[in-house]
Amino acid sequence: MSGRWSLIPSGSRKTHDPKFLRRYRPDRLCERIALFDFLIPLFTMFRTFSRCRLLGTLLSALASCLALPTLAAPPAFEDTIAQRTLACTACHGAQGRAAPDGYYPRIAGKPAGYLYNQLLHFREGRRSYRLMTHMVEPLSDSYLREMAEHFATLDLPYPAPSPVSATAQELQRGRQLALQGDATRQVPACVQCHGSALTGVQPGIPGLLGLPRDYLNSQMGAWRSGQRRAHTPDCMASIARRLSDGDVSAVSGWLASQSLPANPKSARALPAPLPLECGSAYAPSAAAATGGRP
Amino acid sequence: MNARKHPTGRHAHQGRLLPVLALLLLLGSVLAWLMWPTAPLAVKASATNPATDTATVERGRYLATLGNCQVCHTARGGVPYAGGRGIATPFGTVFSSNLTPSPAGLGAWSADDFWRALHHGQSRDGRWLYPAFPYNNTTHITRTDSDALYAYLRSLPPDATPAPAHQLDWPYNTQAALKVWRALYFEEGAAAPAAANDSNLEVQRGAYLVRGLGHCSACHAPRNALGASSNMLDLAGGLIPVQNWYAPSLTNPAEAGVQDWTLDDIVALFQSGRAGNALVTGPMAEVVQHSTQHWSAADLRAMALYLKQLPRTETPPASTAAAPSARLKGAGEQLYDKRCAQCHGEHGEGRRGTDGRLAYPPLAGNRAITLASPANLVQIVLNGGFAPATAGHPRPFGMPPFVLQLSDSDVATLLTYIRTQWGNQAAPVSALDVQQLRGTAAR
Repeated sequence: MSGRWSLIPSGSRKTHDPKFLRRYRPDRLCERIALFDFLIPLFTMFRTFSRCRLLGTLLSALASCLALPTLAAPPAFEDTIAQRTLACTACHGAQGRAAPDGYYPRIAGKPAGYLYNQLLHFREGRRSYRLMTHMVEPLSDSYLREMAEHFATLDLPYPAPSPVSATAQELQRGRQLALQGDATRQVPACVQCHGSALTGVQPGIPGLLGLPRDYLNSQMGAWRSGQRRAHTPDCMASIARRLSDGDVSAVSGWLASQSLPANPKSARALPAPLPLECGSAYAPSAAAATGGRP
Repeated sequence: MNARKHPTGRHAHQGRLLPVLALLLLLGSVLAWLMWPTAPLAVKASATNPATDTATVERGRYLATLGNCQVCHTARGGVPYAGGRGIATPFGTVFSSNLTPSPAGLGAWSADDFWRALHHGQSRDGRWLYPAFPYNNTTHITRTDSDALYAYLRSLPPDATPAPAHQLDWPYNTQAALKVWRALYFEEGAAAPAAANDSNLEVQRGAYLVRGLGHCSACHAPRNALGASSNMLDLAGGLIPVQNWYAPSLTNPAEAGVQDWTLDDIVALFQSGRAGNALVTGPMAEVVQHSTQHWSAADLRAMALYLKQLPRTETPPASTAAAPSARLKGAGEQLYDKRCAQCHGEHGEGRRGTDGRLAYPPLAGNRAITLASPANLVQIVLNGGFAPATAGHPRPFGMPPFVLQLSDSDVATLLTYIRTQWGNQAAPVSALDVQQLRGTAAR
């Protein structure tokens, strides 16, 4: 399973591959475009027969070249939680608005309980990304909670969704899974848990919009292979395992192509009970019982 | 007849045979010694049945905190003391054992068995233990403390998870290899601590903590190719294999020696992870976070007194390496201004928070920057990280990882810059150094 999922479907870049990440340096994109790495988008095009992707890559590279000279001087030192968490925003983008490389997800405005749970998951091995684990390793529960609450309160605009290469049929299937689910596979609709607007539900359920397709795909792959886990009962792991490869690609394509609604904030509560039990949906503090730290 | 025909030949033959026979005999006995299964050593049984009262259990819990036993004997996110954490060594991965009172752990062990493991490095069934368990240190633990630790471990909820099998390469996975290692490097601790005299009682307590439970030399002693030190209790500093962090010398004031520090600062560093212009990071952050911040004031003071009186070692003469070229310096300055100056200051002066306490350490005049080994700098720049969040320093400032932004040669240029600026005088760092030090863990 994990072998199959080590490749992101849809011919996109292997952005979860450490080798790729080592080589891929958004800050150097301008230099790279001029050099031999120009071949990478060409190769992508060759694989996917998608001109849109190449165009998108070139446009975003051009945009970042133009944006570079306008970068303001670094802000002065402030004794604040924002200053303390500059280590986070180095990868997750300024104020946690997502990294320009399309992989490190947005953390700004996600429900505090969800963010806190993820920090605990990384520290206790339920999620694995070496750099994240290293970051949170020496930190206390209360400090992680403070960090989670800081990013949860940030209310930043969302960029327009990036173009997605998917057929109309795929998008239709993705829409169906997101809004209606698939009773034959016992897959609930995304909206049943993640909120009718898919913007998440307080305190522990994340929104699904405004995330790169690569990120969504690799998370679904990690749920399926067991590399990403949550507190038991691990509802998302069971759902991800009921989906076919095509379903994952369809639903990630549809989600990634949706714009945020006028009110992008997460809902206060769900109108109906969850369709299945989720250990991480409600009480992040439950984690303290096992691996908690003062 | 033959003998008469070749008298000299026979004598010559006999002359050759004897040494060969002797050699074979010697080899045979060495082999027999290596291969002979070892029976559990006879240990002096506890005078009385080991106590299991609350006070003893509580003392055992504190001793386990002094020894930081839980960190190695707990898998990430796992049941405390149920073992299963992989400890990477140059010889393969050793998995820590389950210390809970279950059949998979110490369920069948007596207090004598436990003492045999701590004092002799031998398991209940007679097998020698891998020295990833620092029994060159635990051998210095007193029998009374061993019994209290045992009582505490017996009080834990049993967990039935067996430890995974070690993944060691041949020949390191053999008992014979351990016999050789022990013959070369293991020295049993004194049966009883040296008689205390009142004037240096505290220093003696400090020595006991540093040598025994604290197992400082497990990292701070230099290691040879067999993962050992000629003097296993040496504190002269050493590179921690695989992790590629350098545990600086505790005897050299130019590294991490604290002979010139005030007692209060030494205690503060171990209690909060921060003192003056110093922060603990890397593997030491784990030690402060899980162990020393929970030590009693008396024990911290005892350790500080001991460390403060360690004999000084000479600083090797400063490297006379040529100053970096103007081009290299320019490139380093550019990287520094872009990546580092915002937090560490334009002139490497560091920053303090509104409470006047250290936020970002200065790089100018910081002995952690000018260590001969650039290992720690490479790890910090590549992986970033936080100082430990402790009661005395609950909200540390973080350092971003640069592993995705900086190439080996960028890191080398940057480190060479900070090691030669603002009065710092240390050897330059090459891209090859960075490549070798980043290791497998830093990719």
